[in-house]
Amino acid sequence: MDLLIDGLTRAVEMIITGDREVYEITWRTLRISLTAILISTLIGIPLGILLGLTKFRGRKLLLVFINIGMGLPPVVAGLWITIFLWRSGPLGHLSLLYTPTAIVLAQILVSLPILIGLTSSAFQQIDEKMLLQIKALGATKLQSLKILLNETRIAILAAIIAGFGRVIAEVGAAMMVGGNIKGDTRILTTSIVMEVSKGNFDVAFALSFIIMSLAFMITFFLTFLQQRSRRS
Amino acid sequence: MNLKRFLSTTLIAFLLVFIAACGNTENDRNEGATPEQETPTKEEAVDATELILATTTSTQDSGLLDEVIIPLFEEEHPYKVKTIAVGTGQALEMGVNGEADVLLTHAPDAEQELVDNGDVQNYKRIMYNDFIIVGPSADPAGIKGLEVSEAFQKLYDENAVFVSRGDDSGTHKMELGLWEAINITPTDNSSYVETGQGMGNTLQVANEKEGYVLTDRATYLAQKDNYSDMDIIVEGDDALLNIYHVMEVNPEKNDLINNDGANAFVEFLIKPEVQDAIEEFGKEEYGQSLFFKYTE
Repeated sequence: MDLLIDGLTRAVEMIITGDREVYEITWRTLRISLTAILISTLIGIPLGILLGLTKFRGRKLLLVFINIGMGLPPVVAGLWITIFLWRSGPLGHLSLLYTPTAIVLAQILVSLPILIGLTSSAFQQIDEKMLLQIKALGATKLQSLKILLNETRIAILAAIIAGFGRVIAEVGAAMMVGGNIKGDTRILTTSIVMEVSKGNFDVAFALSFIIMSLAFMITFFLTFLQQRSRRS
Repeated sequence: MNLKRFLSTTLIAFLLVFIAACGNTENDRNEGATPEQETPTKEEAVDATELILATTTSTQDSGLLDEVIIPLFEEEHPYKVKTIAVGTGQALEMGVNGEADVLLTHAPDAEQELVDNGDVQNYKRIMYNDFIIVGPSADPAGIKGLEVSEAFQKLYDENAVFVSRGDDSGTHKMELGLWEAINITPTDNSSYVETGQGMGNTLQVANEKEGYVLTDRATYLAQKDNYSDMDIIVEGDDALLNIYHVMEVNPEKNDLINNDGANAFVEFLIKPEVQDAIEEFGKEEYGQSLFFKYTE
């Protein structure tokens, strides 16, 4: 139990005294995670809408794969990306392995299925009658999209929140494709793994408080966006 | 209501600006990367700045790399070292596949194979410490003060809990060699545990299970405070010497290998002042050196 208190005091200490390395790592974690979730959102939501509103052959099978993808173990994603990015691999010439970009790629890979899957579920739930009604009232495509987005806002933000949760919590892939390199690809989760293996439990606990606060702040903000009362 | 709306708009604006800023830095990096690939001179310049060092967990977990070697090296040379700390087995494999530029490992027999196959070059001995057997202070198997081979025999006979790395690391290779030398298959023993993890985690498992464990002295000393009920039980046997070598990966393995950097790193490590710095490391904090200089 003492360890918890030690960790908490250490975390507060690190934040107040402005431990440069911790700030750097925290900032890097935030930058990488937000970039990943932003790209995932920009790709995932349109694809989810498309999958939710259109009907075509093989759509169900595609949905099965996307739903499997939601549970894709990050280490599996990491392993595959590593193989592609190896010097001897197909994308080796880009020299992306062990860079922050590689971590972003891995995080997109694990969060994209969540964004697509949950968005498409939300759009599948829209009442057919409502779609008809919107059409009947003569709404342009853009107008109908706006109405539908407003209708599904809660679900879409839930998708973003779930995706962000996955991204910020991710460690297996970040370790593999990032390599936990000091000053370059060391993020909060990989630091925690390293500090534990170094036996520095107090530092590990301190970092865990920092990452939880970070997750709390972002999720708080997203939930706030989700729950704010609808504009007519 | 108005206030709420104002607040939420501000928050959205803030997030958008923030995300845009983040996106830009990412784009900048990407934009920076594209022209480099088009002009060969620039690509070389970029390649030459990064040096991938595949090494063992013990050099990182003890703090030697992050606190001494890398900062000193980067101060003197125009390279950015990317340290990938994995088990020796994986580090050597990265060398064989040309995925790393320079290797720093501690399994001389396995390393010699790579030297013989021409996978690596400029193979240099740089430092040593020793392995020790750590176990419960009460020493339930009664192996204190024995020779290593006798101690291992007795651990097996007494069916004592033994926690192995089980991850093909240098320490694991050493341990397997010790069992082999006395013709014992340790996995026959029901209380033989394999963690498949790094040295630090394995020590923690041994501590929880009140088992014996073979560890390098550096990692143990660096974490000793966490294990109040454990002690060094066997040490000082010649068979327990833990020797570290550094080597360049054969640049013919891949066009992207930074051999100049690898060469600079090897030559840097055998310099007398760097050797002194290695031996000095840990003296202040632990009262003794974690690694000893040992060039050829």
